[in-house]
Amino acid sequence: MTTTYAVLSEGLEKRYGDVHALRGLDLAVAEGAVCGVLGPNGAGKTTAVRILTTLTAPDGGSARVAGHDVVREAGAVRAAIGVTGQSASVDDELSGRQNLRLFGRLLGFRGEAVRRHADALLERFELTEAADRPARTYSGGMRRRLDLAAGLLTRPQVLFLDEPSTGLDPHSRNQIWAAVRELAGRGTTVLLTTQYLEEADQLADDIVLIDRGRAAQRGSPAELKARIGSYAEVVVAHASALVPAAAVLDRLTGAEPVLDHERRTVGAVATDTTLTLPRIVRELDAAGVPLIDASLRPPTLDEVFLRLTDRGDGRTSPPLKEATA
Amino acid sequence: MTQAREATAARTVTSTPLADGCAVLGRHLQRIKAAPGVLILTQTMPITMLLFFGYVFGSALAMPGQEYRAFLVPGLLAATAANGIMTGMFQSAQDCHRGVMDRFRTLPMSRTAVPLGQTAADLLTTAIGMVPLILVGLAVGWRIEGGPSAALGGFGLLLLFRFATSWLGCWLGLLIRNEEAAGQLGSATFILPLLSSAYIPTDNLPGLLRTVAEWNPISAMAAATRDLFGNAAPSADAAWPAAHPVAGTLAWSAALLVVFVPLAVRRHARGGE
Ligand SMILES: Nc1ncnc2c1ncn2[C@@H]1O[C@H](COP(=O)(O)OP(=O)(O)OP(=O)(O)O)[C@@H](O)[C@H]1O
Ligand SMILES: [Mg+2]
Repeated sequence: MTTTYAVLSEGLEKRYGDVHALRGLDLAVAEGAVCGVLGPNGAGKTTAVRILTTLTAPDGGSARVAGHDVVREAGAVRAAIGVTGQSASVDDELSGRQNLRLFGRLLGFRGEAVRRHADALLERFELTEAADRPARTYSGGMRRRLDLAAGLLTRPQVLFLDEPSTGLDPHSRNQIWAAVRELAGRGTTVLLTTQYLEEADQLADDIVLIDRGRAAQRGSPAELKARIGSYAEVVVAHASALVPAAAVLDRLTGAEPVLDHERRTVGAVATDTTLTLPRIVRELDAAGVPLIDASLRPPTLDEVFLRLTDRGDGRTSPPLKEATA
Repeated sequence: MTQAREATAARTVTSTPLADGCAVLGRHLQRIKAAPGVLILTQTMPITMLLFFGYVFGSALAMPGQEYRAFLVPGLLAATAANGIMTGMFQSAQDCHRGVMDRFRTLPMSRTAVPLGQTAADLLTTAIGMVPLILVGLAVGWRIEGGPSAALGGFGLLLLFRFATSWLGCWLGLLIRNEEAAGQLGSATFILPLLSSAYIPTDNLPGLLRTVAEWNPISAMAAATRDLFGNAAPSADAAWPAAHPVAGTLAWSAALLVVFVPLAVRRHARGGE
């Protein structure tokens, strides 16, 4: 069976004056998959979402969503998608209920169906109490939830969520996650951008790391973790042992260790899959390092993120092997 | 999400400009209901001007054979009709600025509906909003001196002109996309009726200024209103649109609509770039 892609972009380019927001972005999201797009501030996530949702025209490249070209068949794309952008897109002066009814009408719902549907979404996103207040009186999180509800008025073929849980408390975030899982379970393709790596780890089948307008890495959360190796971290008894411990870890992993004087820890990324915890402990012991604790664990996505995009601590990481397709 | 599925089944597939436009119109009326202050303020403005100009300047302005306040009321009605530029511009710039335009633009709705709903709502509120000005006008001595059908034509023409200027404003707002900038520029539009025959007769203006004022569409609108309400006949030696104000206003309105309806719709469909 050949894979059909709900989202497929090739060489997307976008410039804003001197800023090259996208430089040849390729994306491929299989039908029914949840794709997490990760990237630091300014990587081009929002620009990509805006192009895919027909809000912005690309300067180069092409993209198809639900089988339709985002430029030439924008109407068909709009009929197939649900969108919640990064910044609120509701009418501040109208109440939450009026907003949802308005968008419901514009989506083609009529009469009683509009009212029932809007009320159900208000209930679901716990906005019933505030339903009749103007949206401008909502807290940031409430407005976010209203915006998400507006994106879920239909059961779209493809749902775009640009940083859906930014500014939400853990409870609301869990609600969003549940909604995404439910829609994905019913066959909706989801493309979400996020800065919370845990979110991508929790929800996404595939992750695309974008950096400076290009896809830097892609793969399943497990693949990305495997590609970066494990993270070795040791705790030593006193600060003077940090430097000798770092020397040992440097020799074992080949990666530059990170020292934390406060916690008296030394950590390093280990790409060598044959490295074991007993060996680390033996070598440190042989070097006379007073060891208190040691661990070798898969990296968190935060570490993957910092490493694969060469951001955060300014270190350059060794070139990573591309996954062979 | 059982409701969602039921509701999905209840969706009509085709979206028409009319149904979508009505939904957008409803939105604007709900906004006014939620915050009527803005509308009341804009409607109070011409009344304030009528009383101020009418009694402060009126005594200093000697107009042969005519009461200044009776001259001023049709002028203020014309200026109100031209105000569609300001309100249209502010509304669409605000919608872009606050992001709700992005929501509209990702919905599978008619591309005409947003500007159409906006301008239609503006037309409706103007029709109602002119009533207090007319009542105060009658109170200070202005009268409809022509026949009822001509007067009806006068109101129709005022609304047509308002509709046309509000499409122009709508397009400008989509160009500006910034609420504050649109507000600033909007308050600068008060100068437009000052350069017309809305508040003063243009016959005595010096050369170039007189030409500008006579070609100003607001002059044609003001003269047409005075003509149709039987307050004053158009001056025959003025520029064509001012000398034939009804035809002139129809022509200006048609020109504005022919140019700015497609421009605004296209601008809206394409977004901000
Ligand atoms: N309308 C615009 N005008 C000018 N520059 C823009 C515009 N939109 C985006 N940019 C620039 O394009 C680049 C990519 O921006 P984009 O919003 O896509 O990043 P992002 O990955 O979504 O970032 P964030 O995580 O902060 O939301 C940035 O350098 C940004 O300044
Ligand atoms: Mg963004």
